[in-house]
Amino acid sequence: MPASKTALALATAGFLAAAPAFARNDPGPATYDAALKDKTVVLVPMSTGEDLAQGWAHYVGDAVKAAGGKFEVRDPNWNTEAGAQAITEAINSKPAVIIVQAPDLQSYSKLFRRAQEAGIYVIQVDNPTNYPTEAFVGSNWTKLGELEAQAVINGCGPNSSKEIGLIQGDQTNSSSLDQYTGIQNVLKDHPDFKIVAQPDSNWDASTARSVATTLIQQHPNVCGIIDYWDATAQGTAAAIRAAGKTGKITLATTGGGEQADCNLLDTGVIDALVATDVPNQSRDVITTIKFLMQSGIKPGTVKTWLYTPEHITTKADIKNGTCWNLKDFAKSK
Amino acid sequence: MTGWFLLLGRRRQEDTVFLLTILLFLTFSFVLHGFLTTGNIIALLRSVALLGILAVGMGIVVIGRGIDLSLVAILAISVAVFLNLLGQSYPIGIALLLALVGVIAVGALNGVLTAYAEMPAIFATLATGTFVYGLGRSQFLTQDVIYLPPGHDLFTAFGNARLASIPVEVVVFAFILVGAFLWLRFSKYGRYIYLIGDNLNAARNAGLPVRPVIVLQYVVSALLAFVAGLIMAAGIHSMNTRIVNSSLLYDVILVVVIGGIGLSGGKGGVRNLIVGTLLIGILLNGMTILDISDLYQNLIKATVLLAALIVDGVLNPRDEQTDQQGDI
Repeated sequence: MPASKTALALATAGFLAAAPAFARNDPGPATYDAALKDKTVVLVPMSTGEDLAQGWAHYVGDAVKAAGGKFEVRDPNWNTEAGAQAITEAINSKPAVIIVQAPDLQSYSKLFRRAQEAGIYVIQVDNPTNYPTEAFVGSNWTKLGELEAQAVINGCGPNSSKEIGLIQGDQTNSSSLDQYTGIQNVLKDHPDFKIVAQPDSNWDASTARSVATTLIQQHPNVCGIIDYWDATAQGTAAAIRAAGKTGKITLATTGGGEQADCNLLDTGVIDALVATDVPNQSRDVITTIKFLMQSGIKPGTVKTWLYTPEHITTKADIKNGTCWNLKDFAKSK
Repeated sequence: MTGWFLLLGRRRQEDTVFLLTILLFLTFSFVLHGFLTTGNIIALLRSVALLGILAVGMGIVVIGRGIDLSLVAILAISVAVFLNLLGQSYPIGIALLLALVGVIAVGALNGVLTAYAEMPAIFATLATGTFVYGLGRSQFLTQDVIYLPPGHDLFTAFGNARLASIPVEVVVFAFILVGAFLWLRFSKYGRYIYLIGDNLNAARNAGLPVRPVIVLQYVVSALLAFVAGLIMAAGIHSMNTRIVNSSLLYDVILVVVIGGIGLSGGKGGVRNLIVGTLLIGILLNGMTILDISDLYQNLIKATVLLAALIVDGVLNPRDEQTDQQGDI
């Protein structure tokens, strides 16, 4: 099409001719490049063995390195003391940003303040605490609980027994408590549905299996079970399987949305997953870091909450890319 | 008060615990709706069978006057590595063999450290447990939760298998109980364990192969941990290495001590393990039916353990001989 080609050529020529007019002093690229150059970002998750932490480390780590920064991960291996030590050491090495997944509401509050006083930005991920810092990036656990309850109500249907069981975590962790609140919120709107039992798994799959077995034994009409974590849902699913109730009891849970979760959905081990969107959550963390580093804001003076949008995933929703895959990380390295 | 202890003193601890078990069973049967049903009793046995298998391993070591704090680490890491090998498409036989070699090596290491290097068992096994966990997590495993890869139907079928409606865990537990009973009661090495546990120096002076027997008892407990782990993984199709940080190890010690196998060694047997396992099984099942939260469950379990230790102290007072041998 010669006409359009000519037009394109003219436009290009015009653009080139006009180019000197655009050669203004754009501070953008230089500011962007300087923001993270040779700066250090430290991630202190609860353990580097969990899928969430591996996802953050990959996505955030890559972005920080691509922007010229250094990225370090410390592994407290589920130990609150070790985590406190890791944060203390991190503060002493004066990084620009510390990203922390706190194990509970209170333990790290003083450390967060110390970090901010030392001029370090603190971003909290996944588990909220009583001490808000520059940013919290993670799930709204109450919302997660609401979605789980909705998934189970959908799964049970209007003509079911409307009996629901919960396999809770430990009733001390904020994620456990907030999920419970969320479930209660939804049940208020569905007064005919009731919780018949709510034992704890203490985050252990074989305990989950034992208590779920007892739950089904005691309440054979139960039509849906909410397990607070995908790793323990394996145990709950085993109990459902052993009772011959696969497909009759809807099992909803939360997870990191890693490929293992999609496999569980695909094979019918779990029926509904409210997944934490790790790639997008990581992007929120990255954007926050880049904003803070360019802003000149003094640490401790702003507070932000960025909740990751969550939704219910069922087997029917699975397509390529629904779950992220840890194995891809190994390939990309 | 003195009278109560005297009444107790005429019994062995296991009888007292057995009485308590029956009492608890009857109470729950009357009070808890749905407790006394075939389904619930089978579920109860099933959920406590793994604990029971581990308790047999721990019990054998404690009779020999040792303790094995690496049991849960061995269970978690050996089976996680096994599942990981399956995930890397190793044939199941090879994967099983490799894991088995590792398990025996760690058990033997425990034995060598306590028998030959003469380290206190409590420190040696604490160290090997941490070592096994650290080595496994850092060198072989990239995640906490290792899933069973698809396509191992035989393995999962084993997890769901039932013998005349009795789940496979319970059947294996029963076999292990019978095996342990025969071994401890009638075999030469089984008797040696009692003698060594009762008085190590006397056993050595009498010419018993003290050190090899101690190594053997730790290998046996490591193997039982592996069996328990395999059954666990066959049931839930995964292994979460985080179980190392759970209270499972303390529950195992709870069963052994409550059953009445004195920590000073040389006493007790399979009967104690059965009684201890049943009591804890009934207690856990009842508390779950009652929807008691985990915090309170731990409180109740701890109270029962403390009571058992106090009764153990009263019934088996320290004498000159046991004091000289030192504590584990």
